[in-house]
Amino acid sequence: MSISRRHFLATGAAVMGTLPFARAIPALAASDTLVAVSGQTINSLDLHRTGTNRASYQIAINCYDRLVTFGTKEAPGGGLSYDYSTIEPELAESWTISDDGLVITFKLKPDAIFQDGSKVTAEDVKWSFDRAVSVGGFPSTQMKAGGFERPDQFEAVDAETFVVRLDKPSKLSLPDLAVPVPFIINSKLAKEQATSDDPWATEYLHQNTIGSGAYKVTRWDSGQQVVFERFDGWVGGPLPQVRRIIMREVPSAATQRALVERGDVHIAFDIPDKDAAELADKVTVYSTPIENCIHALCLNTKFEPFQDPDVRKAIAYAVPYEAIFQAAAYGRGAPLWGGEAEISDIAWPRKTRYATDVDKAKEHMAKSKYPDGFDTTLSISTDLAYWMEPAALLIQEAVAKLGIKAEVEKIPGANWRTASLVEKRLPFHLENFGGWLNTPDYYFFWAYQDGHLFNSSNYFNEEVEQLTNETLHMAMDDPEYAPKIKRMFEIVLEDLPRIPLWQPALNVAINGADGYEFWFHRQLDVRPLQSAES
Amino acid sequence: MRIAQAVPVVIGVVIISFVLTRALPGDPAVQFAGIAATPESIEEVRVQLGLDKPLPEQFVIYVGQLLQGDLGQSVSTGRPVTTELASRLPASLELTLCALILSCGIAIPLGVLAATRPGSWIDQLCRLLVTAGVSLPTFFTGIVLIYVFYYLLGVAPSPLGRLDFIYLEPPHVTGFFLIDAAVDGDWETWLGALKQLVLPAITLALFTLAPIARMTRAAMLSALSADYIRTARAAGLGSREVLYGYAFRNALLPVVTTLGMVFSFVLGANVLVEKVFAWPGIGSYAVEALVVSDYAAVQGFVLSMALLFVFLNLVIDLTYSVIDPRFGTAAK
Repeated sequence: MSISRRHFLATGAAVMGTLPFARAIPALAASDTLVAVSGQTINSLDLHRTGTNRASYQIAINCYDRLVTFGTKEAPGGGLSYDYSTIEPELAESWTISDDGLVITFKLKPDAIFQDGSKVTAEDVKWSFDRAVSVGGFPSTQMKAGGFERPDQFEAVDAETFVVRLDKPSKLSLPDLAVPVPFIINSKLAKEQATSDDPWATEYLHQNTIGSGAYKVTRWDSGQQVVFERFDGWVGGPLPQVRRIIMREVPSAATQRALVERGDVHIAFDIPDKDAAELADKVTVYSTPIENCIHALCLNTKFEPFQDPDVRKAIAYAVPYEAIFQAAAYGRGAPLWGGEAEISDIAWPRKTRYATDVDKAKEHMAKSKYPDGFDTTLSISTDLAYWMEPAALLIQEAVAKLGIKAEVEKIPGANWRTASLVEKRLPFHLENFGGWLNTPDYYFFWAYQDGHLFNSSNYFNEEVEQLTNETLHMAMDDPEYAPKIKRMFEIVLEDLPRIPLWQPALNVAINGADGYEFWFHRQLDVRPLQSAES
Repeated sequence: MRIAQAVPVVIGVVIISFVLTRALPGDPAVQFAGIAATPESIEEVRVQLGLDKPLPEQFVIYVGQLLQGDLGQSVSTGRPVTTELASRLPASLELTLCALILSCGIAIPLGVLAATRPGSWIDQLCRLLVTAGVSLPTFFTGIVLIYVFYYLLGVAPSPLGRLDFIYLEPPHVTGFFLIDAAVDGDWETWLGALKQLVLPAITLALFTLAPIARMTRAAMLSALSADYIRTARAAGLGSREVLYGYAFRNALLPVVTTLGMVFSFVLGANVLVEKVFAWPGIGSYAVEALVVSDYAAVQGFVLSMALLFVFLNLVIDLTYSVIDPRFGTAAK
């Protein structure tokens, strides 16, 4: 894992180590090293481990391969983005799907090797898939979304042929193999490290990357940095240009900003909207609206005042959308209000027909069972206070005009998930959900179906249940698909258990690098990055 | 004897930290089950973490592990808490001690001078520094220092933690980079570590300056007006000897007490400085752990801090008897 001191000093611009720091780091830029900073802590090198956080997904992406990956397209906010509509080979050279859609046969690239030089075989793929569906927790849940539930669904036919058998055909299966979870591990190495207590070698994989990916982690100082070193034998895509990438943790946004502005680091990843807005005229800033992700105001249908459809409509017309978008997001992201009333396409997230209209709000309120208003609490999470707090204060002020006295309640981060998502006991609250698999029905599955995790409003509508179940696995070019999706939109935008506010953006400031690509997992894919000088 | 007195304190801390972490809002199983957790997967995680067992049983397991010197496994970082503390505590201590040495080096002479010349410009300067030190929050001072010395002037190194990536950590001996690099004879790394230390240490020093300077000044003033000083002066002793041999020595006692308090206080106040300078210290670790309800990490942190303070108090008591031998005899 650690490389020798002499080796490190001998390579690249590390020779410049005798110079004072402030001058030495820009010198690195000329060489083939890139430095990125982020406020997040990487807490494991193994995505399948219990407790692995979101920041650690970047290890799975950069150091391991999946069978397939998504293509690339121009992003709405400038720059590049992954493209959900095209699936490209990564470890698999090609694949065929049986006519009934139940059997997918993958042919692996014959020259694919792991970072220790051994060949990638179908046996490794099977072991890795077995691991993902068996370890439980998040990886197993994510695998289920694509219809992968049990080890007996996977078979290694020969060294280069791998077969997946599905219980039912689903359009989510193939895309679900391109998310970070089903990454391919060197099973021979892993099995050597496994014990009877730890059959999946989680202890070893927690500290080591043994994949076939474009990079390997040569150094991981928990809470400080991860150093990626290029693996020249990578066949999963075009060989990256940058030989070494240092991902440094810098918790303070002000410090990150100073570093990237001065050019001592090349990338500041996932910076706050405010800094992004202010940095935009000094360095390159990409603010990509996060696909399939919505910041929403939720009205819990288990609570009396919000069961009244007129109350929900009144609130939807009272929300000061533009003011919230400017105050909480500094105009970064995409507005989701003031759209056409008629639903003519199946784009999601989409603009709702609601916009700030106090008169209409008052009309609906007068029609409701609570013409004089009521008292309630508006709950927000302290962890997400940067956007929730300004939004909550503006909403509080706006609904006060309808006679609704909303007391803002701040819930500590550790308790927020339990209160909002697990117990679903918050009457009036702000929430955010983004689905990895970028289809409206997948969003609906998590956020609008009864009992599902992100349905924090306890919403239940029989028709939506049925439509979601029908469309979830249906091919998108099925003639029935679009009408059903439009109907789903119609119902939930009429019922309004969640009032969409805006689509948040992922902000990345770049100074001296190129090739940044946005991904749905919201982590830095370092593979396409280039040094801007070279 | 003094060490024996610490035992009930430590036992108390073990119990309280265990109970308090469980009483905190938040469910670690929900937290660690990840973004798209289902009720079943939350339950799986709960079993994996041993949180499905009744509290007394969890406590017995915890104490059993403690007796073997095992602080448990931190779920959020996936490493044993002992390893985590061992790597982070030295970072915080190095920073705190450097800051304290720096601030004592300024505050004590300043306090002495202010006390000997009340009302003079040096007394005013002392007052100004004290006021500034108290009223400026550490993160603010830190950001201002970064802005001026790193961003505008470019003389300070990039605020990226204990060492820039050009250097590798010195071989681990004490965990204090300055000491380890010196032991290794690697002066280049030593200088690198020192440069990284300057700004955060100044930030913390500014913060700790105030109580020390104020206490020194007050203690010196009261010592100088005491009878024995008058007697010493009347006996014809030189003013230098009176000042340092008698007055300062007596004034040191309250200063040492303040120092002990400031030290414990600053270890806590470190958090913000650590965040601003990306310092991989124990404060930011504890806060992270608390936010995600990482029980083992929080308990380990509280326990190690308690042990540290018990040790610190012991040192202070011993220092008392060095400064004033009567303390040692009175205890016997």
